[in-house]
Amino acid sequence: MLMEGMAYFSSVKPVLLKTDALIFMLLAVIIAFGAYARGKAYLRAPWRKVFSSRTGMVAAVVIVFYGTVALLDSIHMREPLENKGHDGETFYSVEVISLLDLMLGPLKTQVEKTYSAPFATHLYAKETVELPDGSSARLYPRLEYGGAHLEDPQRDKGRDILLRSLSGAGAGLLAWVALGALFIWGMARRARASFSVTLKQILGGRTAIPWHMMLYTAGVFLVLIAVIASLAGHYHIFGTDKVGNDVLYQAIKSIRTALVIGTLTTLVMLPFALLFGIMAGYLRGWVDDVIQYLYTTLNSIPGILLIASAILMLQVYIDTHPDLFETDAARADMRLLFLCIILGVTSWTGLCRLLRGETMKMRAAEFVQAASAFGVRHSRIMSRHLLPNVMHIVLITVVLDFSGLVLAEAILSYVGVGVDPSMHSWGNMINGARLEMARDPMVWWSLLAAFVFMFILVLAANLFSDAVRDAFDPRTLSR
Amino acid sequence: MSDILLSVRGLSTHFQTQGGLVRAVDEVSFDIRRGETFALLGESGCGKSMTSLSIMRLVPEPAGRIVSGEIRLDGENLMDLPEAGMRRIRGNRIAMIFQEPMTSLNPVLTIGDQIGETVRQHRRLNGAGARNVVLELLDAVGIPDPRQRYEEYPHQLSGGMKQRVMIAIALAGEPDLLIADEPTTALDVTIQAQVLALLGDLQKQTGMAVLLITHDLGVVAGMADTVAVMYAGQIIEKGGKEAFYHAPQHPYSRKLFASLPDVNKRGHRLAVIHGAVPSLARDFRGCRFAERCDAAWDLCHQRAPQWYRSGDGQEVRCHLLDPALAAQRPAGGAPDLPAEPQAHAGAAHAPASLLEVEDIKVHFPIRKGLLKRTVGHVYAVDGVSLRIGRGKTVALVGESGCGKTTIGKAILQLIRPTAGSVRFEGDELTRLRGEALRRRRSDFQIIFQDPFSSMNPRMMIDEIIQEGMVALGIEKDARRRQARVAELLEQVGLPREARHRYPHEFSGGQRQRICIARTLAVQPKLIICDEPTSALDISVQAQILNLLKQLQNELGLSYLFITHNLSVVGYLADEVAVMYLGRVVEYGTVEDVLEQPRHPYTQALLSAIPVIDQATRREVIRLEGDLPSPSSPPSGCHFHTRCPHAMPVCGQRYPGSTSLSATHRTHCFLYDGSAE
Repeated sequence: MLMEGMAYFSSVKPVLLKTDALIFMLLAVIIAFGAYARGKAYLRAPWRKVFSSRTGMVAAVVIVFYGTVALLDSIHMREPLENKGHDGETFYSVEVISLLDLMLGPLKTQVEKTYSAPFATHLYAKETVELPDGSSARLYPRLEYGGAHLEDPQRDKGRDILLRSLSGAGAGLLAWVALGALFIWGMARRARASFSVTLKQILGGRTAIPWHMMLYTAGVFLVLIAVIASLAGHYHIFGTDKVGNDVLYQAIKSIRTALVIGTLTTLVMLPFALLFGIMAGYLRGWVDDVIQYLYTTLNSIPGILLIASAILMLQVYIDTHPDLFETDAARADMRLLFLCIILGVTSWTGLCRLLRGETMKMRAAEFVQAASAFGVRHSRIMSRHLLPNVMHIVLITVVLDFSGLVLAEAILSYVGVGVDPSMHSWGNMINGARLEMARDPMVWWSLLAAFVFMFILVLAANLFSDAVRDAFDPRTLSR
Repeated sequence: MSDILLSVRGLSTHFQTQGGLVRAVDEVSFDIRRGETFALLGESGCGKSMTSLSIMRLVPEPAGRIVSGEIRLDGENLMDLPEAGMRRIRGNRIAMIFQEPMTSLNPVLTIGDQIGETVRQHRRLNGAGARNVVLELLDAVGIPDPRQRYEEYPHQLSGGMKQRVMIAIALAGEPDLLIADEPTTALDVTIQAQVLALLGDLQKQTGMAVLLITHDLGVVAGMADTVAVMYAGQIIEKGGKEAFYHAPQHPYSRKLFASLPDVNKRGHRLAVIHGAVPSLARDFRGCRFAERCDAAWDLCHQRAPQWYRSGDGQEVRCHLLDPALAAQRPAGGAPDLPAEPQAHAGAAHAPASLLEVEDIKVHFPIRKGLLKRTVGHVYAVDGVSLRIGRGKTVALVGESGCGKTTIGKAILQLIRPTAGSVRFEGDELTRLRGEALRRRRSDFQIIFQDPFSSMNPRMMIDEIIQEGMVALGIEKDARRRQARVAELLEQVGLPREARHRYPHEFSGGQRQRICIARTLAVQPKLIICDEPTSALDISVQAQILNLLKQLQNELGLSYLFITHNLSVVGYLADEVAVMYLGRVVEYGTVEDVLEQPRHPYTQALLSAIPVIDQATRREVIRLEGDLPSPSSPPSGCHFHTRCPHAMPVCGQRYPGSTSLSATHRTHCFLYDGSAE
């Protein structure tokens, strides 16, 4: 099995999309910041407060699950084709797949003819079918994959779903207990305490970080995932869309799109906001005037028009230069990256304004005056004295903005200026659902799936940002 | 009706904080008689304000809690009252005014509305009746033109006026007891004198009792009938004012007096109470002052002292006064050490002046409108000349808003002067730009007023002290720089280990020491001290003043000492410049200015300072009104609008400089022969 896996991965051609590279860079930055923050008491203290917040940590576990999915979905590759070229050269499939696709396996490949409801065994539309006796009739045909193993769907479906869910839940529970025990064992070793003492401490909630809440959340997720995994191979849990694709698969694939938009946009916007905000607030004078005029102007342009025009122009460019992109995935990825950039360019003004105000307040502080009396250079005053003292604002804004950006993506895709139509995203799913909701009988599951997935992420992000704000906002520090 | 209005017995208020249980008020007992002024004296963090909030039952819950004790107002225990009953007491029977008049008033309501609110609440009046009462109150607290002020908003009033409005609100309920929590700390001395006089007059008229909370021994001397000294959550001494000032009994009280700077203590070290007020979060076994007390012996650390009565009728909590222990006490424990003389470096330095400031002006443009056109100027500094000799201290004295701090920053070129010249060792600083100025920066440095905001909270002490050295390239070698930091910390009396900590881990006095170390790191010749001790407690102030004096003697530093505290000036300075509205009105040696003030403003300023020794008290020259705005100073002599000796000529032109002696000069027509 292991050998097979090794052989498979050595045969594929790894593909590094631009957004993949940026995501891994961001991950590296976050890890580096974590290592840096460990050494600084003033950074460690508020983070410890975040880690001790229950809702914050439950939300963090949820975000970690989403993040893991997005990371798995960011390792891309192309499979080799069977038929080789005449000089033994290997050709690779034009379709770019990710590690996540491999793991989801059947979800991706089990394509029905058209719409089918969640857990359905028959199609959602009548078709003319030729019966064995030669006559034809209009009826709901059986699905190719959904519940195909059942003899008599009417009789067996409920029992089968229940049994599979139970066995899935059991497996999930087992996995949770095993992983939890491993974790507690690790904690016990670190604390040089016995296993049972650590277990009691953690389950009793007597630790500084609410590990028990995190374990429970992880448990819920593991059981859910196991149940879904045991059902997904045999049913379409969230039904199928117009061309028979599994909706659950689309919703899961959309996670990466949402997280890319939410995080990379921040990466694009931060340099603008930090540099311009601090410069305007500290240097004042004509620099301040120029920056103020710049962001006032940018703010007066309706954001959606700016984004629409930029995206449409890019689309024209992509269409006229097909030779620049090796695969469809690379084209879609280019558009996603560009969307992040244009969203970043339009959204730095808010943070910039906040930072300018805070810097203006800070530059009158005596420690800044003392530094200038020492002849410390402007660049160092800005980077060493002002930046660390406005960082809490940056952090709070970034975390708060994240959920807004995820929602913005959905709205932009709905309007038609979001990500590439071929790319899975909740916005595209909602856009598609526009027509489905209007038909009769109504197709509601695409919308529901997008809604549930987006809702959980945005809720978790908001709860987490609340915890971050409580810990970092100086006005709440004294309490 | 008994003589006692308010009786507090065994009051304890505790706070639950992250650092543990804080016993902010611990078993405090005292009585306030009708019509008397009872002063609660103590340094910051000793539980004075919490005592007053406990009396009002306004302790912020749930963090704080009154744990035990009773508070009887006319025999009625306030602790038994329900919250609704307490509302009847607050405002009606006990009223309160706070330190910060700026934040105690609601900025979106007019003055009349805010006083009227209390009048309607407590006197059940409405409409015209209420309005009349408000106007009467405004008149009673000495606000001119009450009808117009009635309609104005708090931002249109000055600090002193706002405090008067606060007093008017407090008086609206005709209280029996007025709690004044540092009522004048945020005000200038001349305004402070006005407000204190007002409180005294009102007390005479209405016969209310005043609980005065303050840290200022001078204010207490002028106002109080009875004094109680608080230390670390407890009252440690109480008694009549006369007896207290004549012979304070507790070692702490004595030290407080000894650590006050004064012109008579020039050339001597001030007595200091070493260390700082202990944290109230810890457990105390013995006397709370034992650690800082020179007279302490074993018993003081083991057993808390009881109350003992001294000869003059003072009650003191100290083992020294226990008659049963008199024999046991170690001999020679005389607590009152004479101020030790300080070695004087002498006037070995060349008399050449280090800094010459000539006719310096700093005008800030006021811009308005879309195109930011300049519509006027704030004349923050308007033609000031100074001269500081090597190893000398020049004090710059004046009320807030007179431009003292601006001069300091203009000399450092942190604010570029509009006109005039600043010559440092012959170099014209106003003409230096960029790199040339940066290279000279190590010669002149500044120490700020607020030690809390003058250090970057995100940097370690090590980095803070090194910053100047690195920026100015004073010590290139990192290892040697480290050694220098340790050396500097020891020089200012801090342990070497301090360098690996962050500023918030230090107390105010310690932070000010770090700031001094930071300036010393670049080996300056001139240090501008911008009110370096005004944010500190009295006992800590003495430590810092001693340190500054010692450094001057050792290193031959020159100081420009910016302050409003004239007793510090008398102790430390060689020459004094008195400023009023951007201009120096009188300049001379300390003896000239403090002993023979000639300008009417200097005279008024000196007379307004509350003094401890009532025998030397000058007659207070009451100045009317407030400091005019520096954006539209009065024509002629700026002071003529408030001057008791104003003549017609004063309103027409600014008086020239008149030399009274070789070292003493002033700007006043009273001494100007050309005035006639």
